[in-house]
Amino acid sequence: MNDIRNTSVAPERTGSTNTIVHASARPSLEVPVLDCDSVSIFYDDFRAVHDVNFACLRNEITALIGPSGCGKSTVLRSFNRMNDLIEGARVEGAITYRGEDIYGPEVDAIEVRRRIGMVFQKPNPFPKSIYDNIAYGPRVNGMKVDSMDDLVEEALTRAALWDEVKDKLKQSALGLSGGQQQRLCIARTIAVQPEVILMDEPCSALDPIATLRIEDLMQELRNDYTIVIVTHNMQQAARVADKTAFFTAEANDTTGDRTGVLVEFGDTATIFESPHDKRTEDYISGRFG
Amino acid sequence: MTSVTARTTPPTPDLRRRPRPGDIAARMGFRFAAGLTIAITLGILIALIVPSVEFFSEVPVNEFLFGTRWAPRFADASFGVVPLITATAWTTAIALFFAIPLGLGAAIFMSEFAHQRTRRILKPVLEVLAGIPTVVYGYFAVQFIQAVVFRDWLKLETGSFSVLSAGFVMGIMIIPTIASISEDAMSAVPNSLRQGSAALGATRRQTALKVVFPAALSGIIAAIVLGVSRAVGETMIVALAAGQQARIVGGPLEAGQTMTGFIANAALGDSRVGSLEYNTLFAVGLLLFVITLLINLVSIWIVRRFREAY
Amino acid sequence: MARRTMQETVHTTIRHKARSGESSPKSIGFLVILWLAILFALVFLTVLIVTTFIDGWNRLDSRLFTEYPASDPEDAGARPAILGSLWVIGTTALMTIPLGVAAAIHMEEFANRHHWFSRIVEVNVQNLAAIPAVIYGMLTLGAMGLMGVSNKNQVWVGALALSMLILPVVIIATRESLRAVPSEIRQGSLAVGATPLQTVVRNTLPAAVPGIATGSILALSRALGEAAPLLLLGGLVFLSFDPNGLTSGYTTMPIQIFNWTSRPQAGFHELAAAASVLLLVMLLAMNALAILIRNRYQKRW
Repeated sequence: MNDIRNTSVAPERTGSTNTIVHASARPSLEVPVLDCDSVSIFYDDFRAVHDVNFACLRNEITALIGPSGCGKSTVLRSFNRMNDLIEGARVEGAITYRGEDIYGPEVDAIEVRRRIGMVFQKPNPFPKSIYDNIAYGPRVNGMKVDSMDDLVEEALTRAALWDEVKDKLKQSALGLSGGQQQRLCIARTIAVQPEVILMDEPCSALDPIATLRIEDLMQELRNDYTIVIVTHNMQQAARVADKTAFFTAEANDTTGDRTGVLVEFGDTATIFESPHDKRTEDYISGRFG
Repeated sequence: MTSVTARTTPPTPDLRRRPRPGDIAARMGFRFAAGLTIAITLGILIALIVPSVEFFSEVPVNEFLFGTRWAPRFADASFGVVPLITATAWTTAIALFFAIPLGLGAAIFMSEFAHQRTRRILKPVLEVLAGIPTVVYGYFAVQFIQAVVFRDWLKLETGSFSVLSAGFVMGIMIIPTIASISEDAMSAVPNSLRQGSAALGATRRQTALKVVFPAALSGIIAAIVLGVSRAVGETMIVALAAGQQARIVGGPLEAGQTMTGFIANAALGDSRVGSLEYNTLFAVGLLLFVITLLINLVSIWIVRRFREAY
Repeated sequence: MARRTMQETVHTTIRHKARSGESSPKSIGFLVILWLAILFALVFLTVLIVTTFIDGWNRLDSRLFTEYPASDPEDAGARPAILGSLWVIGTTALMTIPLGVAAAIHMEEFANRHHWFSRIVEVNVQNLAAIPAVIYGMLTLGAMGLMGVSNKNQVWVGALALSMLILPVVIIATRESLRAVPSEIRQGSLAVGATPLQTVVRNTLPAAVPGIATGSILALSRALGEAAPLLLLGGLVFLSFDPNGLTSGYTTMPIQIFNWTSRPQAGFHELAAAASVLLLVMLLAMNALAILIRNRYQKRW
């Protein structure tokens, strides 16, 4: 189990193209894990995102890219109803999680978040011990576990953090480095056994080495989870993602409000190598943004 | 090992809302506690108004507010509150006379001139000054300031009590209130304004007085207004040091009974619920409450209205 | 060469001007006045503490702790007042802290801030914090009158008045501590499927405990030194027994000091001074504890 890290560094690194070929070759007859159907997101009267359609498949990594203000984080946060916390936020259209409308009248946001976890831009460990950070989710969810110690160990191992922290599980998580904190947050998310992990620019606060470790980890995790990642780093999207959605912001002529729209969605290789839309091409080639 | 990894196609998710009676009960408990603060305010109003209404059915409002003789316990009882108001006005004015310059001086010094280390010493001193019980201040006012300083050392023409000693000590008591709120207001003035002023060749004194002070004025006024409200409502210092005779106060060396002084004094005698004496207590309390409420609302209004957004 | 001279001239002029500006008689005088303001407060504080200490020196002995009030100052002590203060403050703490924390949690974590009721609660708490202490005594007095409680000299009645007095202070301190916990922590908790209540109880509140403890101790120290509301509630009594329960009769330290100060005999004034020193020591200890908690456990985010 401890050699996950070692194996993941070398071979997975070699070619993101390989994995993309593999992913796109797989027939997608199954129900998508997440599906956006004509999704628009509002903050009060302000339309932040307009008419977004795309789907995330099981065990794939989907990257949302685009210039800042294009609504990619807003879309991500609507997937586990974190937008509910913002006053006046409203979703139109349908976001379905394996066929269930997560904004349906009977749906509990808490149940959604239990299944669709999230890793944030800035590492946000709880001001508790490393152990309690991991055990927090299973405890609040009332998960029946045979051994919490084993669960903590496995979550930390899968997040490639176990070897670094196994001797200081009782110490405060705030004492870890930024990269370790972010991996701890990933372990914390894994511990509640979600099906989907949303990542909101998870590496933007980290140095390049810590970033590479997180990227390796994502490759490892895609075997078991469906991952959606927002990133402003196009190389990162090209390295890790199976599918890529390119968003941009369009200004309303009369009000000047900027509304995010999905320009193009497809296999990462297609988006980066032969985009259909001129705007995508301009952005990818660095002519815009 | 509990398996996080092994997963086949999971069953269709059940996202339906779970009943969470504990959450609902806890939230209701929190809301109840917050609502209790409203109940306290309403309770204050009812507790003060009900006996006051009875009081004013026996004593006309005019006679109460404008009468110049306060003798609620005498055979020929009289309920003119003016003497109490003059004593309160004297002690409050004297307190502010000392507290405003000293408090603002301390605030300007700490905000504009003091080094970090000096501030670290001065702040706790002010906190200690704020933490001294008012009854100890009262003891000090009557036993030292009045008896020793005023009478023995300065040979002032004054009796055992005076509004001056009560007001002076009360002024010191208010210094921390005025100093700390004003200092917060002045510290909130952005440094760019100070640098701009310095760039034009102003000295630190000119910057403090002509730039920072006016920019922080709303906070400073709010601090002073809060000081006024504390002086008007302060009870133990005036009960001990200002005197118990309710008469119109003509000068700082005279003794006099303030509104709060009367309340404290009348409370010592056990008056029967519903008696005129009991109701008198509440009429004076209501007057005190209305005065401090108006002052507080003015303060809150000033802070909201003129809050500088930096 | 010429330019260099000019530059030097400019520099010296500036330096000269700066020195003359900051060290002009006006500037020096202003600084002296500010120093005098501080000095005045310092001297006053010193004189207050020193004279009280000197006045009470003769009576700062074990009699203060063991004796009951008496008509002869030589035989009198503050034993029931000390115990009474402990009873009343303990009861006040038990009544106020849970309520204040709960109210603060509602206002900070659950209330919809734009709702009219929340706004009223908000302004009301600010206003309550500035209402004179004596008014809380009148409120309790009136409430006891309505409830038909004729014997007001009971520990729980006094504690009720002091609780209402410091409730807004505890609420304000708790709100500030909760607000200091970054919203990322709450989001992290919600993102693993915790309910808002679990988030508060298991995450936000524990992180805010040091601030809440500090604020509550400071509020209780204010209640410990307060006499006015209790004076209205018959707190000034001659006790010859130790208070021993919530319905027990009581008097407190500040009231005992008030009583002794108002007596004509000099012996009682000494006792008042000695009791004042004791009260100041208790308050300083509480403040020191509060500062200790603040410095040691307060988290820097």
